[in-house]
Amino acid sequence: MKFDTPATTNPIDQLKVVGQPIHRIDGQLKTTGRAKYAYEWHDTQIPYAYGYPVGASIAKGRIRSMDVAAAQTAPGVLAVVTTLSVGDREKGKFNTAKLFGGDEVQHYHQAIAVVVAETFEQARAAAALVKVDYAVEAGAFDLKEAMKTAEKPAESQQPDTAAGNFDDAFASAAVTLDETYTTPDQSHAMMEPHASIAAWNGDEVTVWTSSQMIDWWRSDLATTLDIDKEKIHLMSPFIGGGFGGKLFLRVDAVLAVLGARAAKRPVKVALPRPFMINNTTHRPATIQRIRIGAERDGKITAIAHESWSGDQPGGQLETAVAQTRLLYAGANRMTAMRLATLHLPEGNAMRAPGEAPGLMALEIAIDEMAEKLGMDPVQFRILNDTQVDPEKPQRPFSHRDLVGCLKLGAERFSWDSRGRPGARRDGNWLIGHGVAAAFRNNLVLPSGARVRLNREGIVTVETDMTDIGTGSYTIIAQTAAEMLGLPLDKVAVHLGDSRFPVSAGSGGQFGANSSTSGVYAACVKLREAIAAKLGFNSADVVFENGEVRSGNRSVPLSQAAGEQGLVGEDTMTWGDLTETHQQSTFGAHFVEVGVDVATGESRIRRMLAVCAAGRILNPITARSQVIGAMTMGAGGALSEELAVDTRRGFFVNHDLAGYEVPVHADIPHQEVIFMDETDPMSSPMKAKGVGELGLCGVAAAIANAIYNASGVRVRSYPITLDKLIGGLPEIA
Amino acid sequence: MRVFTYERASSIEAAARAAASSPTAKFIAGGTNLLDLMKLEIEAPTHLIDINTLGLDTIEKTPEGGLRIGALVRNTDLAANDIVRRDYGLLSRALLAGASGQLRNKATTAGNLLQRTRCPYFYDTNQPCNKRQPGSGCSAIGGFSRQLGIVGVSDACIATHPSDMAVAMRALDAVVETVKPDGRRHAIPIAEFHRLPGDTPHLETVLEQGEFITAVVLPAPIGGRHIYRKVRDRASYAFALVSIGAVIQPDGTGRVAAGGVAHKPWRLEAADAELAKGAKATSAALLADARPTEQNRFKIDLVERTLGSVIAEARG
Repeated sequence: MKFDTPATTNPIDQLKVVGQPIHRIDGQLKTTGRAKYAYEWHDTQIPYAYGYPVGASIAKGRIRSMDVAAAQTAPGVLAVVTTLSVGDREKGKFNTAKLFGGDEVQHYHQAIAVVVAETFEQARAAAALVKVDYAVEAGAFDLKEAMKTAEKPAESQQPDTAAGNFDDAFASAAVTLDETYTTPDQSHAMMEPHASIAAWNGDEVTVWTSSQMIDWWRSDLATTLDIDKEKIHLMSPFIGGGFGGKLFLRVDAVLAVLGARAAKRPVKVALPRPFMINNTTHRPATIQRIRIGAERDGKITAIAHESWSGDQPGGQLETAVAQTRLLYAGANRMTAMRLATLHLPEGNAMRAPGEAPGLMALEIAIDEMAEKLGMDPVQFRILNDTQVDPEKPQRPFSHRDLVGCLKLGAERFSWDSRGRPGARRDGNWLIGHGVAAAFRNNLVLPSGARVRLNREGIVTVETDMTDIGTGSYTIIAQTAAEMLGLPLDKVAVHLGDSRFPVSAGSGGQFGANSSTSGVYAACVKLREAIAAKLGFNSADVVFENGEVRSGNRSVPLSQAAGEQGLVGEDTMTWGDLTETHQQSTFGAHFVEVGVDVATGESRIRRMLAVCAAGRILNPITARSQVIGAMTMGAGGALSEELAVDTRRGFFVNHDLAGYEVPVHADIPHQEVIFMDETDPMSSPMKAKGVGELGLCGVAAAIANAIYNASGVRVRSYPITLDKLIGGLPEIA
Repeated sequence: MRVFTYERASSIEAAARAAASSPTAKFIAGGTNLLDLMKLEIEAPTHLIDINTLGLDTIEKTPEGGLRIGALVRNTDLAANDIVRRDYGLLSRALLAGASGQLRNKATTAGNLLQRTRCPYFYDTNQPCNKRQPGSGCSAIGGFSRQLGIVGVSDACIATHPSDMAVAMRALDAVVETVKPDGRRHAIPIAEFHRLPGDTPHLETVLEQGEFITAVVLPAPIGGRHIYRKVRDRASYAFALVSIGAVIQPDGTGRVAAGGVAHKPWRLEAADAELAKGAKATSAALLADARPTEQNRFKIDLVERTLGSVIAEARG
């Protein structure tokens, strides 16, 4: 099915199941430990062996030689596979740094060997015996230095955009701002490590892994190992968090497959926690310069956003200016992005790549600008709202209610109780309120599904879609139930298996809308098959209460299926509605913080998010996404930073003691409100993504609240106490 | 983790003798730190002597009016003890500011004193570290040092002692009771128990190989307001950037020890003597010889400001 005209009324609009607050259908499996994550597939009949990775101990250079004799003869060792023994290999399409193979070391903890042994402990002990002789090379590890030689990347990455004449408009603006902001490298730090099991059967291999994108992984695994893609069976039905860190093939799968081949046994490989930081990908640090010019009445006349980030050679930008092209009006505008070469681990997508760090900067700048204008920051944002793409005014937004989010949020939060900077106090706490807009583009990807109806009247959905904790199982079941007029307990959902139709996968907040649209398309096919089999006119057929009805004839679905059952399969593809109309999601974050007047510790006291993201398919799982994102935003604002050792070229705080994500005690009451809306331009589901929107702007709202509390403006994340105490009142 | 042998100790004396017989033997109690370090091969004992069977888990009054805390009293139990809460509130508060409920259930009083630094370079076996590998150099100096020491540091090491409990013990003038491998009993004032790094940062305490901690003794209660203030980037489950343990009397005099700033809980008599004058004078005395890095210079202000807050709380 191709979605190329705006949706009209369809069976989803019944909202008997879709849109209802249904607890996740896989919840019980998870709370009782029966949901099998990658490393947990364990058949007592199978003699699994354990692979432990060895990572490079240098940041850049070549391996002259490796001595694995001691490892090979260590107790229990079955095989040692090294990057030299497998030799140079073609890199996966989605990987920037190579995962394994060859003598080149591109970053710290790049995998250089896997030791396979009878037990995990034996493998780990033997891995420590591998000796490596390196030829160390100098590298670039400091973005501040490297930005001086940063280059303009390929036009396909849209490094430069412009409309009107920014320079002239900025020069003549009545009120201007010109500030630089920095965001640090951040880690996905998901709970479940990257982990895989590989089992060969002849020339076919089955890989249980933790992947957000089954087909991407399968393709890149085939490329990396020079295996026919069709010979690879990939399974990832449950994922313990990804946040973008599991979008692209990672080395645990490569090492498991190679280890299993060498040991002639099924092999399990989990990456140790430090590898998550320095072996896999991270969100790259940015340096962002923002200039805004406005008239005295608050209308923005000029806005410019420039960003510098770094990556491995051949890598990509962190597109931190993306939202600035679309969020606020202003006739004269420009953006620019430059890419520096760094030899740190690969930078890549992390939840809301681009917008998350971009809004961390932009939404402080907007707060600063409002203050310069003497305007309330909510009013300043409302005044500069736009209903069209500011670069191409003939191109409207499909549906945009940022203003509604700001107004409702301000009312619910009691925004008018906000005081002047540094003016409110509660004991030792300086109290402040902050607001920021949330913005994230709505992306769609082709998504396929197969839907089977059996003679018991059970509908089974099969798609390689993944559920990274988001609720995919549940919203897919709701979609099929709605389409076929069934209660939820008559729908089974199977995900994350490469034998199923290729879906959108999970990422870029495109998963929910795209994958349910794919299921919608497959259900339409199944409805047609059922109608055809019964000789019903598919135009007036109704699916309701487990029956299919046409006129005064009705047949139970179980009967309609017949002995053989019926199948519908289709892939949703997308027309040009995303080009004719700008599709984005919107929100407003409101935060109250306390800043300890003595120590400068900032603690969040309450948080509110108002989101406008089309139809909300399930308010429970959507809320869960948003509060999780708000929590991630709290970490980004207050504590999360990968500390770069610019001499040695690695992230030093490579464990969860050093890389501080929020703990329960950091997170106060979180309130989430969804605007009651639909977006018929987005899909037949009329839904958009929300999983990344919830993160966008959170950190800036916290930063603005800290400023309001303390009177100290910090433009460098995370906002730790050392950046505040110099500006706090004297302590007696 | 390397291969090791394991025994359950039958008595304190036997445990001490067994530990003394090999330079690579270690006692294990809660194991909350040792096991992690063994997995990373930062610690590689060849023999473990499990002392959990030896009792030593009671808290008793001493004839002098103080408290004898058995070496194996778990942090949870110590923090919850009625006498500790009433007479040594500082200790209870410090304990509860550390780690997590699960860890405190396992961690012991003696083990807490012996936990090793959390310097990230100590934890990464690819990096030089004089504490882990004497003579290899210190990669923290000139590196990521925000969390590390500012006072009592050396050119060989700027690591900090991570314990909260030890800061309270230092302010309370605790005494560490031990049995040496030859059976002699020994009492070590907490002030002398931990060493400064100097040229030998791998030597962290004055204990001899095999010397066995049996108890930590607190002197009779000294009254006053007991305040423990731990400053950190997140609200829980993080090591202190700076912590202040103080006992402040109604006249403003008292004692103050700081955590997160040195290789040992940091307390100076000269600083105690300034306490009645306020935070600025006390902090200046406490950190008189500070040698911070660019990244952790803020701790000097932070100690003063935190102390100011503590003094204000004691007065209020």
